Amino acid sequence: MADVSYLHRVRAALQERGLVIQTAAFLLAALVLAPVVNLLWTASGGSTAHWTHLLHYVLPHAARNTLALLAGVGIMVTLLGTGAAWLVTAYDFPGRRTLTWALLLPLAVPTYIVAFAYLDLLHPIGPVQTTIRTMLGYDSPRQFRLGDLRSIWGAIFVLGTVLYPYVYLSTRAMFMMQSASLLEAARTLGCSPRQAFLRVALPMARPAIAVGVSLALLETLNDIGASEFLGVQTLTVAVYTTWITRSDLAGAAQIALSMLIIVLGLILLERHSRKRQRYVTTQKMRPLPRRALRGPKAWMALAAGVLPVLLGFLAPAAYLVVETVKRYTQVGAVSHALVNSLYNTLLVATAATVLTVAAGLILAWAGRQLRDAAPANGGRVMGRMASLGYALPGTVLAIGLLGPFVWFDRALGSLFGLSGLLLTGSMAALVIAYTVRFLAISVGSLEAGLARISPSLEQASRLLGHSPAGTLRRVHLPLLRPAMAAAALLVFVDAMKELPATLLLRPMNFDTLATWLYAEAARGTYEEGAIAALAIVLAGLLPVILLARTNLKFGN
Amino acid sequence: MLVLDHIHLAYDTAQGPRHVVRDLSLTLETGKIGCLLGASGCGKSTILRAIAGFEPLRQGEIRLAGATLSTAAHRLAPERRAVGMMFQDYALFPHLSVAQNIAFGLHRASRAERKARVQALLATVDLSGAHDRYPHELSGGQQQRVALARALAPDPDLLLLDEPFSNLDIDMRERLAFEVRDILTASGHTALLVTHNQAEAFAIADRIGVMHEGEILQWDTPHTVHHHPAHPFVAQFVGREHVLQRREQALSRGQ
Amino acid sequence: MSTRSKVLRPTLSALALCGTLGLSFAAWADGEVSLYTTREPKLIQPLLDQFTKESGVKVNTVFVKDGLLERVRTEGAQSPADVLMTVDAGNLLDLVEGGVTQPVKSKTLNDVIPANLRDGAGHWYTLSLRDRVLYADKDLALTSFTYEDLADSKWKGKVCIRSGQHPYNTALVAAMIAHDGAAKTEQWLRNVKANLARKAAGGDRDVARDILGGICDIGLANAYYVGHMKNAEPGTDARKWGDAIKVIRPTFSGKPAGGTHVNITGASVAKHAPNKDNAVKLLEYLVSEPAQVLYAQANYEYPVRKGVKLDPVVQSFGELVVDPLPITDIVKHRKQASELVDKVGFDN
Repeated sequence: MADVSYLHRVRAALQERGLVIQTAAFLLAALVLAPVVNLLWTASGGSTAHWTHLLHYVLPHAARNTLALLAGVGIMVTLLGTGAAWLVTAYDFPGRRTLTWALLLPLAVPTYIVAFAYLDLLHPIGPVQTTIRTMLGYDSPRQFRLGDLRSIWGAIFVLGTVLYPYVYLSTRAMFMMQSASLLEAARTLGCSPRQAFLRVALPMARPAIAVGVSLALLETLNDIGASEFLGVQTLTVAVYTTWITRSDLAGAAQIALSMLIIVLGLILLERHSRKRQRYVTTQKMRPLPRRALRGPKAWMALAAGVLPVLLGFLAPAAYLVVETVKRYTQVGAVSHALVNSLYNTLLVATAATVLTVAAGLILAWAGRQLRDAAPANGGRVMGRMASLGYALPGTVLAIGLLGPFVWFDRALGSLFGLSGLLLTGSMAALVIAYTVRFLAISVGSLEAGLARISPSLEQASRLLGHSPAGTLRRVHLPLLRPAMAAAALLVFVDAMKELPATLLLRPMNFDTLATWLYAEAARGTYEEGAIAALAIVLAGLLPVILLARTNLKFGN
Repeated sequence: MLVLDHIHLAYDTAQGPRHVVRDLSLTLETGKIGCLLGASGCGKSTILRAIAGFEPLRQGEIRLAGATLSTAAHRLAPERRAVGMMFQDYALFPHLSVAQNIAFGLHRASRAERKARVQALLATVDLSGAHDRYPHELSGGQQQRVALARALAPDPDLLLLDEPFSNLDIDMRERLAFEVRDILTASGHTALLVTHNQAEAFAIADRIGVMHEGEILQWDTPHTVHHHPAHPFVAQFVGREHVLQRREQALSRGQ
Repeated sequence: MSTRSKVLRPTLSALALCGTLGLSFAAWADGEVSLYTTREPKLIQPLLDQFTKESGVKVNTVFVKDGLLERVRTEGAQSPADVLMTVDAGNLLDLVEGGVTQPVKSKTLNDVIPANLRDGAGHWYTLSLRDRVLYADKDLALTSFTYEDLADSKWKGKVCIRSGQHPYNTALVAAMIAHDGAAKTEQWLRNVKANLARKAAGGDRDVARDILGGICDIGLANAYYVGHMKNAEPGTDARKWGDAIKVIRPTFSGKPAGGTHVNITGASVAKHAPNKDNAVKLLEYLVSEPAQVLYAQANYEYPVRKGVKLDPVVQSFGELVVDPLPITDIVKHRKQASELVDKVGFDN
């Protein structure tokens, strides 16, 4: 009898602090850290001969290319994103409202697709150069042609056009939070409108710009498709070819580790900037009144704003539609392989979404519990570790997860007498990788959603006799539905678009739309690639629409 | 000297123009502190913004020190007017230190001049120790004093104060109002304040204009406004308690 | 089909188990043979159907895009695989080295396939050839070419090629090492790199596209793509690219001289093949005249059997003199080739 009451007390204590959830959360967080740990392990297992070869002949050039790419993209997205944000915040002109959300559209186009599109669009026998030649009166590309896109400049251009929205989003939010009186104060102190922008608005927005730039640069690091199509040997490409072509996993891990250093730098930059952002916006807000533009100035403003949208979305999307129609009228059907990849993509994305949202819920919930119990540190650690997965480039993550997967498979295999193929041989590895990578999205959304639920609701429920778990089920979950839906949408689409990790972790004979497109482009058979690309971009529009609507609520 | 000459101010709305200020005139002599006193929405802030150059005039003229600042046809840009402003939310630049804030309008002066002026102003507002602090590290009252120093730094012909004390605690308000008045009369600057708080108005101003729905009902010394209200609304608006307080102040100063 | 099968990642298929169990019943029945292949089904299905019609033996095809070696190894002794078919000499030899093949003797195979294109012990056999040739602008006054010529400075700024690390190219470089030695090959790579009109990237077909686009005048790529391109519907992009180029079969000038580099598609009999006899029958069929005609006409590849009627486009390239070097000699230089490509910074 005494035992039973003791058990009761233990159970009560567990329930009270949700230890089960805490443990689950810690396990999840560990899963996110495992890739990094494993990278070190794998990297240390390589032969010195291999490493010397890589160090001398592969790494320096790849590192230089990567840094040049990061610098170039950083500058381009800063100029485009900040300029666009200022344009729609400070001025008024016909079409401004539409432009506010249209500037987000390039987010729907993954980097490898925009590279794929522009390779064709800007090829000497592509539409752009052909039109230019006709206008100038030349017959053949041998008489007149522009430079080749396959260079570092081409890569910077292509990546800049689809990554600027990260800077645009955060900077615009910042500009909107700036009090009008600051700029007016600057005017009364002798600044012209341009000086006021340069001396007050821009410096104040620096933290927001830094946040946007670091996100854009993390995406740049992650990219494999664009770099490879355009012939730029970046660190990510080096990781991939070292593993696949040079058959050197340890070497790949070593290169991946060096990428981690850059990633860490970017994460630190983003964190630091977010902190600085907070103190900068303590003022009571009076929104900026917009300067109305008329006549030619208004049209110039509109043109300037439309340009990024044209480059980053309209041109590639139009190209994909035209190619799809062309292909369909020629052939009248889609290949079996394409349909298969679509099916696979949907399957994997759905599984990953379910897992990621569930995991995100656990982490966000555990974080809140910890925050209530130990406000100093516990809660934030969860969110931090989750976002590490997002920051890791896909190739790095893939290598990092491989070790634990294989170990797990072997352990399971020896336990049950299976041939040790459970994770690495099936979709499971891929789904788990997606979960790790996109956990930050769902944690972020759910944390925000939880924060909006007043603690008094929970307290009321507890006083009315429900356990913490019961409260979670009956109070929080229903209220969290919008946050969960948003998280699910974002994760689903990101999973659909994912390329680098998928290339490396997919089971045999398994293609998603993205890897299939990649293979087509790599092979130089562009025929059906456009259809896959169009499907991906259309899917990518969904979260952009969602984002645009949330933004508009806080915008105009 | 500030002259508002039959000015009209209006906003454009979907239903047509909404008139905020109708045919308003006033003159403020150099070195005097004027105050527009009225409830929210009576148009006083709009007038201030028009003088600063942020609102266009529908009719009339605004002249300062003989120069025309605004007419219905033409509006001089704010940065070209020698007009300084203190804002309700202080509007201190959060990314700059106190010294940098104060020096902001002195970008045409030499470095040495800037340095000297900043030191002098900090001393005037009694914040010499805050030279390298940042706005978010200061209290509300301190921030407002920095705002004053900053606005005075380029030695404007006119200082505008837009409800500058309304964000402060009640006990701070009057104290700061007296301090500001002392600083301004000492330096001889012309100033125009708008507020809905009568205590501030009577504490700070040489001339008070009681406003109601876009019109000035009376523009006179505080004494005259209180003892000889020219309009029933003015009489209603101005309460007895302030007379008592002012009398006390006058007594304590030996007037 | 090109694969990235030369991969040492330990990715294995759990689904293989289920599939295996299913197939194993079928395979143990008489009159059947199980084929594991990395070639796309639609390319070889007509051949297999014909085989079944003629011999009565049913063919079960398992399409394995990557990791053929890993898969068969995992299946172990229970594997129902009889014939393993793959593309790329390196992949084929990997199967042998991986210990999943068995030697078979067949007079037919030995008669048809030249000695340098099969294993002496009978572990593997070539089924068709994929020559790596010169694409040239059709208006260029050029009739013959050696691989070594590509490094000539007169082609500066006029050469297009795909990534040096791509298996098609590393095979060629390996062959060159076997012909000319590592030092000369390294110099060759450096000179070719200096001649590049644009970065070494893209695919083989991009060489044709870029020649049409005036970016370059010549390039190295696989011959069968030209068959596809020149036989495409008029008005399509592929046809336009194909019509812009002509093909010259380069040869090696280093000893043994006079042959064109080829990569191969080939097959082996699996080590634990339950239907060994049928397996050999299938292989013999695949080198027979009707099958080799299908290889030539449907895939535009070059048949390993002599005297087979070629597609007119392929015919127009002239006679193929295969590089007499044994395939095994080429493959053993593969790793060195890859390292040289890195050393020279060919893809940079």
